[in-house]
Amino acid sequence: MYEIVTKRELAANIYLIEVAAEDVAKKAKPGQFVILRLNEKGERVPLTIAGLDLENGTVAVAFHAVGRSTKKLAKMKEGDSIHDLVGPLGNPTEIAKFGRILCVAGGVWCAPLRFIVQALRDKGNEIVIVAAGRTKDTLVFEKELKELSDEFYVATDDGSKGHKGLDFLKDLLKTQKFDHAMAMGQVVLLQTVTEITRAHNLKTMVTLASIMVDGMGMCGACRVTVAGETKFACMDGPEFDGHQVDFEELIRRQRVYLPEERMASMLYEKLGGMKRG
Amino acid sequence: MDREKRKHETPMAKQDVLERIHNFYEVALGYTEEQAMREAQRCLQCPNPHCVEGCPVEIDIPAFIKEIKEGNFLAASVKLKEKNSLPAICGRVCPQENQCQVLCVLGKMGDPVAIGRLERFAADYERMKGVTVPPKQESSVTGRVAVVGSGPAGLTAAADLVKLGYEVVMFEALHAAGGVLMYGIPEFRMPKKVVQAEVDYIRKLGVEVKTNYMIGRIYTIDELFESGFDAVFVGSGAGLPRFMRVPGENLGGVYSANEFLIRVNLMKAYLFPEYDTPIRLGKKVAVIGGGNVAMDSARSALRLGAEEVLIVYRRSKEELPARHEEVENAEAEGIKFMFLTNPVRFLGDESGWVKGIECIKMRLGEPDDSGRRRPLPIEGSEFIMDVDTVVIAIGQTPNPIIQRTTKGLETTRWGTIVAKDETGQTTKKGVYAGGDVVSGAATVISAMGAGKRAARSIHEYIMSKKGA
Ligand SMILES: Cc1cc2nc3c(=O)[nH]c(=O)nc-3n(C[C@H](O)[C@H](O)[C@H](O)COP(=O)(O)OP(=O)(O)OC[C@H]3O[C@@H](n4cnc5c(N)ncnc54)[C@H](O)[C@@H]3O)c2cc1C
Ligand SMILES: Cc1cc2nc3c(=O)[nH]c(=O)nc-3n(C[C@H](O)[C@H](O)[C@H](O)COP(=O)(O)OP(=O)(O)OC[C@H]3O[C@@H](n4cnc5c(N)ncnc54)[C@H](O)[C@@H]3O)c2cc1C
Ligand code: FES
Repeated sequence: MYEIVTKRELAANIYLIEVAAEDVAKKAKPGQFVILRLNEKGERVPLTIAGLDLENGTVAVAFHAVGRSTKKLAKMKEGDSIHDLVGPLGNPTEIAKFGRILCVAGGVWCAPLRFIVQALRDKGNEIVIVAAGRTKDTLVFEKELKELSDEFYVATDDGSKGHKGLDFLKDLLKTQKFDHAMAMGQVVLLQTVTEITRAHNLKTMVTLASIMVDGMGMCGACRVTVAGETKFACMDGPEFDGHQVDFEELIRRQRVYLPEERMASMLYEKLGGMKRG
Repeated sequence: MDREKRKHETPMAKQDVLERIHNFYEVALGYTEEQAMREAQRCLQCPNPHCVEGCPVEIDIPAFIKEIKEGNFLAASVKLKEKNSLPAICGRVCPQENQCQVLCVLGKMGDPVAIGRLERFAADYERMKGVTVPPKQESSVTGRVAVVGSGPAGLTAAADLVKLGYEVVMFEALHAAGGVLMYGIPEFRMPKKVVQAEVDYIRKLGVEVKTNYMIGRIYTIDELFESGFDAVFVGSGAGLPRFMRVPGENLGGVYSANEFLIRVNLMKAYLFPEYDTPIRLGKKVAVIGGGNVAMDSARSALRLGAEEVLIVYRRSKEELPARHEEVENAEAEGIKFMFLTNPVRFLGDESGWVKGIECIKMRLGEPDDSGRRRPLPIEGSEFIMDVDTVVIAIGQTPNPIIQRTTKGLETTRWGTIVAKDETGQTTKKGVYAGGDVVSGAATVISAMGAGKRAARSIHEYIMSKKGA
């Protein structure tokens, strides 16, 4: 059992929790993820590590309550326990001195990005951050990211704050030279960013959140095509060179369980929302 | 072995076919006391028993059968456990027809004693009565051993080492211990409560079982040594699914057998939405392959409500590597077999879901390394078959993470760890390995045998190290 030590709502339906998992906290690195299982009947939910507290032995993750499991997690309180937590999984982000780095993250993904950027900054990189969201209400950690960056931009799909959409990146790339880029978020965001950076031959690492079951290389549910080859996102990734990724396939594979997810979510709202478990 | 020849063997009751294809309860119901005693009567108690030679862990078969014959069921179980710490499991899944029973004198006439069923009976009897845990032996040995993986190899090594007096910590990456017995073999063939009883037993013996620890990610093998372990046993199995590498393999509805079985068994997708994990299945399911994994996938698909389930195998019926009993069960349940056929690509619909397979007919050529006749494609025989779900069950190779993260641990080009057969000793000092991670996908009993031999040599290794 893994206790939820702190819980904070970062934005509507977006939460940050710190979970007691001392052994994991000691070994985890930015860019890696954990898998949670809320209770004995729970599914395995992958979430990216958004921070570590070595003193208290906790691992932070941020999540957007979008479906049954994450809504259940959102209902849990400080002091409640999560049945299983395994990690760290996946490969860490490459933390090196690149030079000037463009970092784009959407919504909840700003939380793990913050953790990664802290490490990249310590290596002496110059950091340009774009925090993106559907609307201004899905932006998180704006202040913190701004402080960590040399330049900071906000972009929303509906234009409710900052730039409208990511088109402004085209101009940014014309006027500034970057040595490295990374993007985390919904697949459309990854696609948009990589299309823009491709024109400038700017290597862009993207985090692929394909559907996972075990997260340890045993099922192949997470397989993605990168440079024409099948890769397992959990073992070979989750970060890949965005210019080599078959995003269309990834989108199709992410949608496979949509009907079941809708049904589970509906059932949960109707029947289980009040009860635990 | 033909059914007709087995006229003296005591049949074992099974759940009725029409019922069982709609549920996940165990198919084989096991012997009653009377049936077990009757079957035990048939054993000739050979003074020079051949059956024992066929048993990879050398169970004293006539001796345990004699106890059953005389109604001493608990004594039978004790006899079994002298050599085999997991009889309830082996009685259910061992390929007895190729091991002990094929050498049984009565077996020469095609009607061997049902040794596996008797083994299962004795073990189940003991479990029902409540297993007694032997008191911890006074022991002068000291030392800590890490066991990586909780499948049959790891469970056996851990049990033997803890009995010798070592402090044993078993690390399992998944949230449940038991290896393939938990995540792969379905409930209807290997009830999870039977596996959990075995894991509990190991815990009660004093083994510390740590689930949710993936070695290679959280600790490397070297870090285990640094933290004070004297030796490490690696029994991480062969869990990496093989794909066919043909076009269309990443379509929706194309599963590796591991994904399919993990969703169904470990995550209990057959109880969705009570359990959270779903499994999406169409009406017509094709399972590619001919081993136990293929049979288990096909029979699971049927129970999940598929209208038609086909096994597509590139060789002929003779070469099917699955246990005979499971092939018979699959046939009885209405699974269809398509032999001498191999997929060349998968076809998808507009949404990216699989809608068909292009197959090619095969013929058998000369025997290959495995001694089985090599399948060869018949040019121009391609045809298209409509299906809406595919499960690829063409084999697994070892999980690679430990091999990748351990310096000095030699591996073969198949990704298996190089280890001496008699001792399990690897090329790295203090590291022993056994089971599927060394042999490639094999059997429960061979993994147990390897765990046993490794435990013995780890004991010798630590004794000589401490003695020096
Ligand atoms: C390596 C990895 C790291 C991740 N890190 C985070 C994280 O830090 N924070 C976070 O909020 N989420 C993260 N995710 C996604 C998260 O795991 C899913 O949102 C979660 O499993 C949804 O479960 P659910 O039952 O609540 O929703 P479901 O009912 O399963 O899904 C609800 C909606 O989310 C979509 N969805 C489901 N799974 C995914 C997925 N893997 N990627 C994209 N969309 C998905 C569905 O299509 C559906 O529209 C990560 C996923 C992976 C694979
Ligand atoms: C569907 C199916 C049906 C089968 N049917 C039969 C049958 O009827 N009869 C028979 O004899 N055999 C059968 N087999 C084969 C048999 O199950 C295996 O040969 C046997 O389980 C191998 O045992 P093992 O201990 O080597 O590995 P496994 O049982 O594979 O156990 C290895 C364990 O190690 C864990 N692990 C892996 N990597 C790590 C890591 N880095 N850190 C921590 N833990 C790790 C895994 O999660 C797993 O739990 C079947 C196999 C399958 C898949
Ligand atoms: S999630 Fe199972 S292999 Fe990656």
